[in-house]
Amino acid sequence: MRLLHYWRAMWGIIWRELWRFVTQRERFISALVRPLVWLFVFAAGFRAALGLAITPPYETYILYEVYITPGLIGMIQLFNGMQSSLSMVYDREMGSMRILMVCPLPRWFLLLSKLMAGTGVSILQAYVFLAIAWFYDIQAPWQGYLWILPALLLSGLMLGALGLLLSSFIKQLENFAGVMNFVIFPMFFMSTALYPLWKIKESSALLYNLAQYNPFSQAVEMIRFALYGQFNSMAFIYTLVAFVVFMAAAIIGYNPSKGMMTRKGGA
Amino acid sequence: MNSSIALSVEDLSFSYGGKKALTQVNFKIKPGECTVLLGPNGAGKSTLFSLITRLYDTRDGRIELCGFDIKRQTLLALAKLGVVFQQTTLDMDLSVMQNLRYHTSLHGMGRKQAEQRIQQELERLNMYDRRFEKVRQLNGGHRRRVEIARALLHKPSVLVLDEPTVGLDVPSRLSIVEYVHQLAVEENLAVLWASHLIDEIYPGDHLIVLHKGQVKANGTVDDVLNITNTPTIKDAFYSLTQGEQ
Repeated sequence: MRLLHYWRAMWGIIWRELWRFVTQRERFISALVRPLVWLFVFAAGFRAALGLAITPPYETYILYEVYITPGLIGMIQLFNGMQSSLSMVYDREMGSMRILMVCPLPRWFLLLSKLMAGTGVSILQAYVFLAIAWFYDIQAPWQGYLWILPALLLSGLMLGALGLLLSSFIKQLENFAGVMNFVIFPMFFMSTALYPLWKIKESSALLYNLAQYNPFSQAVEMIRFALYGQFNSMAFIYTLVAFVVFMAAAIIGYNPSKGMMTRKGGA
Repeated sequence: MNSSIALSVEDLSFSYGGKKALTQVNFKIKPGECTVLLGPNGAGKSTLFSLITRLYDTRDGRIELCGFDIKRQTLLALAKLGVVFQQTTLDMDLSVMQNLRYHTSLHGMGRKQAEQRIQQELERLNMYDRRFEKVRQLNGGHRRRVEIARALLHKPSVLVLDEPTVGLDVPSRLSIVEYVHQLAVEENLAVLWASHLIDEIYPGDHLIVLHKGQVKANGTVDDVLNITNTPTIKDAFYSLTQGEQ
């Protein structure tokens, strides 16, 4: 009976998030426009400037568009994770978060459900993006489209947990602009989303180290390998550990006896 | 704990940093009783609600809902609680029905039971015909009604309302005040109603006057009038809060 309660609550939270996403057409379109502009404009312009060596999981020379596709999927999930945290801050300011927090379920479970809901939305976006990319001749082996699903789930959870953690620290909606400048952009540019690690190493050893240990890089590599039917164990473990750490910290952040909520005077 | 007590607050204190918000608050609420928590703005009413609903942690003192300690038996205690917050907590882009279904899913109710309970509660408030309308299309009074219906869907034993009539016109305000008083009797519900409006108090109500985080009076309306030796609640309130509203 208790399990059924958990299942119904999680489904209710996921359904609400998906419904909001598909009915907010502007959000749906803008979530896709961003990576598509990168793919059609940025990658096309950069194609000639950046020579790529053959590195796993690729077995032949590839176009730059092919290289950045997994990075752009990561970008979708990164932005979506931050968007979810933005909506948490909004919900907290508007009060609807309170209804969630006073229902008779453990807070960690409610946060996990919110996270699952946000990840579901990001997976939907990623597949629509992959479908458009397929027509643009960026095609992976068909098995890759299946293997990428668990990878997207884990990377979505990790980036969503990071967003959740940030939302527990953000006091007001206005402070969210800081997250863009201090989290999203550094995380995206200091990663393997746009250029391979060896290329970064050529320019700066420090940047190389930062990119290597950036959890976003690891998530992107996990996605990249999965899309070509391969399993990158290092990237998987790194992303999993990052997820557990971010999630644990977010749960502490939202715990009324330990976290930021009491100090902030809101929930 | 006495089973006839629905909500018990014992020696409750709370501070924001070094600033005291509540000091040694004590009171009990029985089923079927409407208790008005009266206090000027900044008296500590919303802090008290945040503690009762476990949005804040109870560090000093104890809160029990139907015998369950909110800190140690949080989930059992919260299952007994229905809440209407001061700020609207409905999702404006969802319909009335979708908002209520979301609440029933959070309380683990099955589809059939949920539909039945939603119909019962909305019909009681004459809102069933408007169930497919988006919340954004409803006026403030109707939104409040939906929130009250939502708070009752899981059949709580205790209903807490934090200034639920703020911003409403007089007819909406009066009808909500009357409805909640009626609910307390008909459903044997323990109601805690925070307000700073004296005309929301009925003669049979239990009254708690909170001022600067302290309980200044606690008893029936007559008890409070006797203690303060005043002819009206308005005078009693002024005397207890020294004219601050």
